[in-house]
Amino acid sequence: MLSTVVFWIAAALAVSGAIGVVATRNPVHTALSLVLTMLSLGVLFLLLHAEFLAVVEVLVYAGAVMVLFLFVVTLLMAGVKPPKEEHHLRLAYQTLIAGLFGLILFVLVLHSMTGAGWVGTLASPGAGSFGSIASFGTALFTRYLLPFELTAVVLLVAVIGVVVLGREQE
Amino acid sequence: MVPIGDYLVLSAVLFVIGGVGVLVRRNPLQMFMAVELMWNAVNLTFVAFARQYLDMAGHIFVFLVITVAAAEVAIGLAIIVMVFRKREHVDVDDLSLMKG
Amino acid sequence: MLTVILILVKGLITAVLLLSAFGLMTWVERKVLARFQFRPGPNRLGPAGVMQFVADGLKLVFKEEIIPTAADRVVYLMAPFISLTAAIVAFAVIPWGPPIHIFGQTVSMEIGGPNIGILFVFAVTSLGVYGLILGGWASANKYSLLGGLRSTAQIISYELAMGLAVTGVLLAAGSADLNTIVAKQYHLWFIVPQIVGFIIYLITMVAETNRTPFDLPEAENELVAGYHTEYTGLKWAMYMMAEYINMITVSGLATTLFLGGWHGPWLPPEIWFLIKVAAFMYFFIWLRATLPRLRYDRLMAFGWKVLLPVALLNTLATAVWVAVAR
Repeated sequence: MLSTVVFWIAAALAVSGAIGVVATRNPVHTALSLVLTMLSLGVLFLLLHAEFLAVVEVLVYAGAVMVLFLFVVTLLMAGVKPPKEEHHLRLAYQTLIAGLFGLILFVLVLHSMTGAGWVGTLASPGAGSFGSIASFGTALFTRYLLPFELTAVVLLVAVIGVVVLGREQE
Repeated sequence: MVPIGDYLVLSAVLFVIGGVGVLVRRNPLQMFMAVELMWNAVNLTFVAFARQYLDMAGHIFVFLVITVAAAEVAIGLAIIVMVFRKREHVDVDDLSLMKG
Repeated sequence: MLTVILILVKGLITAVLLLSAFGLMTWVERKVLARFQFRPGPNRLGPAGVMQFVADGLKLVFKEEIIPTAADRVVYLMAPFISLTAAIVAFAVIPWGPPIHIFGQTVSMEIGGPNIGILFVFAVTSLGVYGLILGGWASANKYSLLGGLRSTAQIISYELAMGLAVTGVLLAAGSADLNTIVAKQYHLWFIVPQIVGFIIYLITMVAETNRTPFDLPEAENELVAGYHTEYTGLKWAMYMMAEYINMITVSGLATTLFLGGWHGPWLPPEIWFLIKVAAFMYFFIWLRATLPRLRYDRLMAFGWKVLLPVALLNTLATAVWVAVAR
């Protein structure tokens, strides 16, 4: 009962955050709407017994990645003007076409998920240690060790790339 | 108990809203944030299916998505800052340098 | 249902206690600083000036609220709330006593978060950073923006070293649950095997709360007052509340992780917890009275080039020791 109420509140907040991402003018408001969506998703992860992922989502995604976004938005947008209203490359009725595309995509996604056979109710209550740090660590360091090491390489590449890109161009 | 279908429909809605956002937005930072929204929707799908089949692979995948997304955001923002540093308007439609 | 009521009651008590502790702390800080500087401090209102806090609070409530015209109103009003909420919520998982038995139920002296205790605190303090950066940006003032960005960059840099220092404790205890960590310190406090981690944690604790010697972003002779330049009255008070409650939270975390939580010989456990947290708060005030401020670039260089490698080495050494000893 309580989980149903929490689910619907979190879902409503997530969708309103998503609409905020798409509809607001000010980039800072866009970033804040996305943070709202991420926090709601954190709550939903908790409902799905993914405790470690909920904390990682809030800690890394909402707490570091979005702060980085806000850094760039507040510094970069300080002196530039917003996009021009009329542009020679802009398609007419752009919003309408995008909305139609969205509807078609929604139908297609739902159809593909129905085909995957989701049952009405959850199969079994999660075993005690599902989604905990211990089970996550066990899986990460035994069965999925290679992707973990490759992720380390990806992060190293990203750090080097950012340092190179951020240098003063002479 | 909330049926798993509700989570999947929610993630589909978020994914589609993000997709429409990518199409409609012209500020590169706002486009990037709409793409982030799509990644988050996919994360929710992974976690929902992991919960249903009680397989940690879904969680590992989400972890990888979050990590790679963080790396991509870092580099993407560096590129955006470089490109738009000296421009007057921030509009991705201005970047059409290759004609034809 | 009873669980929910218990959580609400515990949350309410904790919030009220934290806010009262804030009031007490302002008076304690002014008195102790004054004593360090050979002057009496506030001594007019109430016995030994204790009512100074009440007078300050009333003054702030009645102060004129000046909001800059160019400020983004919604974000401007929201930012202090974010800081304060994050500061109070982060205290939720810190156990300030052993589980007690009321109405035949075992009630643990924390609000929740079963096996992700430490990570929850880090997640919520990461969210508290938004109060700074949004306050700095929403004030429509270049100095506020720079001050906010500086504070934010400092906090997220020192968060790394803090997390690694705490990882050493996590490895030594084998669990992220704060109750388990306190229980494992029954024989030996973690400050002894994790002394390096403790020192790193002390330094990053001061940097996380923007206190001297790491308070360049909000020093008066630097960027006016940093991110809270344009805030008056109650909203400024909320930023101050957030800062002091953050201090209490990191002190509580230090007590739980390194000083054995509520363990102690013959006093009730909650009193021991208070004593240890008070010791850390005194440490904060002592630093403020004694040390000069670090310049911002040296501050960042110290965090990245000294603390982070040392914390990494500490984590590596702890991991090796734990792996060998099992």
